[in-house]
Amino acid sequence: MTGAPGVAASAVHDPFAAPGDLTPTGASPMVRAIDLEKFYGSNHVLRGITLEVYPRETICLIGRSGSGKSTLLRCINFLEEPTVGTIEVDGLTVEADPLHARNARHREQIRQIRLRAQMVFQEFNLFPHLKVIDNLIEAPIRVKGVPRADAIATAEKYLAKVGLSEKRDEYPGRLSGGQKQRVAIARALTMEPRVLLFDEPTSALDPTLVGEVLKVMEQLAHEGSTMIVVTHEMAFAREAADRVYFIDEGVFVEAGPAAELLDHPRDQRTRDFLARTMRA
Amino acid sequence: MIAPAAARGPLGMGPGPEAIVRAVAGARRQARLRFRLVFVATWIVLVGGLVLLIGSTGRVDLEFLQKWGPFIFGGIPLTIAVSVVSIALAVVFAIVGALGRLSRNAPVYAAATLYVSLVRGTPLIVQIFFVYLALPEFGIVLPAFIAGCLALSFNYGAYMTEIFRAGIQAIPRGQVEAAASLGMTERHTMRRIVLPQAIRIVIPAIGNEFIAMIKDSALVSFVALQELFWRARTVGSANFQSFSTLVLAALVYWGLTIFFSLFQERLEKRMAESDVRL
Repeated sequence: MTGAPGVAASAVHDPFAAPGDLTPTGASPMVRAIDLEKFYGSNHVLRGITLEVYPRETICLIGRSGSGKSTLLRCINFLEEPTVGTIEVDGLTVEADPLHARNARHREQIRQIRLRAQMVFQEFNLFPHLKVIDNLIEAPIRVKGVPRADAIATAEKYLAKVGLSEKRDEYPGRLSGGQKQRVAIARALTMEPRVLLFDEPTSALDPTLVGEVLKVMEQLAHEGSTMIVVTHEMAFAREAADRVYFIDEGVFVEAGPAAELLDHPRDQRTRDFLARTMRA
Repeated sequence: MIAPAAARGPLGMGPGPEAIVRAVAGARRQARLRFRLVFVATWIVLVGGLVLLIGSTGRVDLEFLQKWGPFIFGGIPLTIAVSVVSIALAVVFAIVGALGRLSRNAPVYAAATLYVSLVRGTPLIVQIFFVYLALPEFGIVLPAFIAGCLALSFNYGAYMTEIFRAGIQAIPRGQVEAAASLGMTERHTMRRIVLPQAIRIVIPAIGNEFIAMIKDSALVSFVALQELFWRARTVGSANFQSFSTLVLAALVYWGLTIFFSLFQERLEKRMAESDVRL
């Protein structure tokens, strides 16, 4: 395995990629991150990452904090501009261009990527001044131009899916952490994206509330949503992920089907990480 | 199984823990009550003394005040109108100023910074006279009410620019990221997500500015607006009764600020209790 740029010049193909069980035969990847590099100043956070995710797959990214897994996820929808690399979501390709990050054409391309790849955040980031339903319909109406009645119908459908229909007219401040995160998932779904990005969605939750969020995510995974999940929940990875990637110091160390990687890690670093995580 | 402390009862003599808790709460309540009583008594003594002191000068002519009081009170609506219009305009200036101060566009940032610096660096009374007396030299003659409100709001807008800037910056980064992730443009994010939350944050501060504005509105008496202070001053100096009329005007300003402070406190409390947690 080599993550070094240059060495893998021809390898725009993710060596770990394998279409999941639910992937239609002959499908091309829904998401491709090609040769991603990310620097924060002189801190080299991503060191040549290539990732391919097929339609209807769920991918889990695991690793220590500071390993680059959240940065990778945030680069996919350009909440962080990669220093070098290419992002492709559902056929739309955008080259990293940090020199012209504020260029209007580039910003518009990024916006198009984001409409295809919705993020669910660790801290939920619901809009506290808007009721749940208004959190859900703001972007569909004003960004996608969906008629109000249709947007409300869609929002109600996804609120029901996450089991929170009765919270439709509450303000986020009145919800528990688990309910907030389920609303955040519904908000992302209401945009009808091609892929969902989860950035440690249960890390800010009281342990008793983690289950309700994971249940929703497992249901989405089993229904064939394409998902990339940064998580510390190994039980979720085992239950829902088609493949698990272990990332360390900005490179993929190892990847494979969840059961295989979690139970029979080959690399010593993976073994150390899993040993520490399982013990915790 | 360990029984709760209260049910275990006294081990030796001494009172049980429940009784101690009750006694402590009772003592606290009494201390609070005593504090309040002393506070009110002190006020009564001090205010009474002040009234006696003012009365002992023999310069308060109640008959005169009875005659001219209604005329002076007649300035209250204009005082409030000037304050309300000016604070509303000031909010507009402040939002524009704050957006300028947060802009990545150098000329816009420079203009906003100049506005704040210039206005905060010159006296309010000079600004008021500038609008009312200097602009007419260029053929710009504004009605007194508009001139007064414009000068007041232009001035307060500069101070409130910093309040709004801080309010906007207090919105967590995650809000902007969530909006961006939903495909909102920066303008959309500012208008629909950031500003509505920032305004909620700065409402208590705007209340404070409004109370200060009520007092500073006395300055527009210099552009011949017949508000509270103008009337007190004019009637007082014409009849050599300035002491009486100015004491009356001061009392009215005091009453107005107390009234609006109570209003403001209630507003703040209601917002703190509202569902909209930030």
